[in-house]
Amino acid sequence: MVSAAFVGIASAILFLSALSMWRLAVGRTIYDRLLAAGVVGTNIVGLLVVLGFVFERPDMFVDLALTYALLNFIGTVAASRYLARHPEEGA
Amino acid sequence: MDIAGTVMIAVGLFFMTVTAIGLIRLPDFYTRTHAVSKTDTFGIGLVLIGLAMYEGATLVSLKIVLGLLFISIANPVAAHVLARSALQVGIMPWTRRNSAQEH
Repeated sequence: MVSAAFVGIASAILFLSALSMWRLAVGRTIYDRLLAAGVVGTNIVGLLVVLGFVFERPDMFVDLALTYALLNFIGTVAASRYLARHPEEGA
Repeated sequence: MDIAGTVMIAVGLFFMTVTAIGLIRLPDFYTRTHAVSKTDTFGIGLVLIGLAMYEGATLVSLKIVLGLLFISIANPVAAHVLARSALQVGIMPWTRRNSAQEH
């Protein structure tokens, strides 16, 4: 695959993340927004690996993708457990 | 290996499209969690497998597979914790009787 195909794949993943950001803005509860944030985070993990192939440095970007997958998971679990204990914080 | 990698990435992108459509269109938080957690993990898994197949047998593809394993374990756990926390707060599931208020 040439680099143009990777750029196409990266733009497709970015478009799908932008679609999920609509639910991030218009979410009826705060849990909808947490779910949409998790989806955006997972899409960004795939986007980082594809960008590694675009910039011809896959080793660095794969490390970034692993780190961001960890941060995404920890953030989602921490926010949901906090909101379970303090239900008045969610508007 | 290039053709198989391309096919995997295309199918993975299809599943991620299903995730985005389900996140927008479904009427309730629980239905959205159910649709999104499965298809999103599967779609991103297929994309990562396709990229690892394109790369070949190097250290980079091993790290991609490692990240894939972590995402396969972490995404369903995060969805479970999110849904359980929502149930403890008291968000009720959508039924057809109260379909006039939702969506």
